[in-house]
Amino acid sequence: MFAFIIRRILQAVAVMLVISLVVFAIQKQFGDPVRDLVGERVTPEERQQIADKMGLNDPFLVQYGRFVKNAVTKGDLGRSFLYNKPNLEVIVNHAPATIELVLGTALIIIVLSLPLGVYCALKPRSLLSRFTMSFSTLGVSMPVFLTAILLIYLFAVHWRILPSYGRGETVDLFGNGIWMTGFLTIDGLKHLILPCISLSTLMLPLFIRLIRSEMMEVLETEYIKYAWAKGLSPRRVWLVHAFKNTLLPVITVFGVQIGIMFAFTLLTELVFQWPGMGFMFLEAVNRADLSLLIAYLVVVAALFVVVNTVVDILYGFINPTVRIAGTK
Amino acid sequence: MSHLLEVRDLEVKFALRSGDITAIDGVSFNLDPGERLGIVGESGAGKSVTGFAIINLISKPGYISRGSIYFEGNEISAYSLARMRKIRGNRISMIFQDPMMTLNPVYTIGFQMIETLQAHRNISKTQARAIALDKLKKVYIPSPEKRLSQYPHELSGGMRQRIIIAISLLADPAIIIADEPTTALDVTIQAEIMDLLQELCERDRMGLILITHDLGVVSQVTEKIAVMYAGKIIEYGPTETVVHHPVHPYTIGLIGSIPGSIEPGKDLKQIPGMMPTLTNIPPGCAFNPRCELAADICTKKTPVFEEKQNGIMAACHMK
Repeated sequence: MFAFIIRRILQAVAVMLVISLVVFAIQKQFGDPVRDLVGERVTPEERQQIADKMGLNDPFLVQYGRFVKNAVTKGDLGRSFLYNKPNLEVIVNHAPATIELVLGTALIIIVLSLPLGVYCALKPRSLLSRFTMSFSTLGVSMPVFLTAILLIYLFAVHWRILPSYGRGETVDLFGNGIWMTGFLTIDGLKHLILPCISLSTLMLPLFIRLIRSEMMEVLETEYIKYAWAKGLSPRRVWLVHAFKNTLLPVITVFGVQIGIMFAFTLLTELVFQWPGMGFMFLEAVNRADLSLLIAYLVVVAALFVVVNTVVDILYGFINPTVRIAGTK
Repeated sequence: MSHLLEVRDLEVKFALRSGDITAIDGVSFNLDPGERLGIVGESGAGKSVTGFAIINLISKPGYISRGSIYFEGNEISAYSLARMRKIRGNRISMIFQDPMMTLNPVYTIGFQMIETLQAHRNISKTQARAIALDKLKKVYIPSPEKRLSQYPHELSGGMRQRIIIAISLLADPAIIIADEPTTALDVTIQAEIMDLLQELCERDRMGLILITHDLGVVSQVTEKIAVMYAGKIIEYGPTETVVHHPVHPYTIGLIGSIPGSIEPGKDLKQIPGMMPTLTNIPPGCAFNPRCELAADICTKKTPVFEEKQNGIMAACHMK
């Protein structure tokens, strides 16, 4: 198991190196740091001097090496002119809002999709199953911004029971001003409800359908028939024998989808004026803050890789076949 | 005197959109303690469905539409599913065809053995573990302690089938139903597994129902044979007699097609044609289109299943 974990982490590092190379190449292609720094009124000779001083005339790989070294050792991902702060600091300030939004959404998805998916697989003809399946088709086909606006209209404008924008009251989680959380106040939780629901409408139906079809497939297997032949109770056959095998593919998809969700909070954050990374990204695009955009790409990629690595390791714990393949 | 297991006039139908089709049509046989019965036939003859019907585990949309099954004097075919569960894996165990597919891949052997015992007896994990170890030794598994913590994919097919046999022995059942237990295994391992099953049944006086298409295997292991064709038993009697003096033309054909029943160098006999599908069973005797002896009456009247000679029951107009 230990060897398997090490292997997965090494793979994750390799993936991050490739991503950073691509991102660095993009930055080299589009940006001219000298112009950003000194403007137009500098002679070409002076420009050349500055570029030399900044190491911009070094070979590509040397510059890339410096970029990675700065990022890893100093956490230096460049500076945002929009906020006039280091990029990483800007992103870290915005990250908790997005992470909490994604966590809340993931919670909704897990809590609803597991029981509903399993139920729909076990009793496909029941009224609740039919209702769930048709409703989930609706959910998949509704765009997030439409769902979000509809929710705001109903709950915030019409009934006036939930707030329509912002994070509400937040408290400092670690006492150092980095992580302002909305999870610990009633007001913060209230503000989370609508954004989380609208973000979950896309993925929830997907997961209900995935769990349902996986479970139905597993229920047809020989080892489930054998479990019945051993005289086990329905509870045990369904929840112990079938459920764990159902979870295997679901966990993999879940990992990928959570990663994607980090990048796709854009619309939700925009509609709900949610001060997270997606919101920050849109601002950076509007003001053409290329340096911040590049840093955002690196951070989102890192989040994606970390989430997937964690999920893969989790998968290894559940599926013994993978674990063996990893140790050999 | 009642038998350990008595199947009477069993009929199983599958409910399809186009209407019900009959998979098993009036099958009757019985089994006494320690007795070994072979059910033989081609694929689709209804052998496996018969086996699964006994513990009421026919795949949907199949259901028992007629007849009854008595076990130790009780009509278990009328049992609720909850009562049936007390019999499955406890009094009547099953061994499935493909050991690669039978064990749950994500749980250890020990887990899958202990849960079976705990489903039927009120015992602790430690006690269950001890019994599991004992049964693993009975099926001659090397280093049984180690196996308990292993996962199915770490073991070979033959080893897994031994483990499945050990699982079927856990609760000391009265009957084991083995559905083609060696079909998915190498020939050398086939013989080992069959010897093991025979030895265990003899020692503990367990009844064995061996479902197979392999007449050779059946003739070595069993005392009685039921030959099935298109959902019916067409010949039933002591193994010795059936193998050496078969009555029904189908059985004669089956035995003639075994390599070794004929002089070397000569062609093996074949039964011409194929078994009819369940939706397309010919009128009269289902075997008549393939039968060398077929006469007019065979296409018109279903033959009666009756005693013919030497204690063999068969369904044929011509014998």
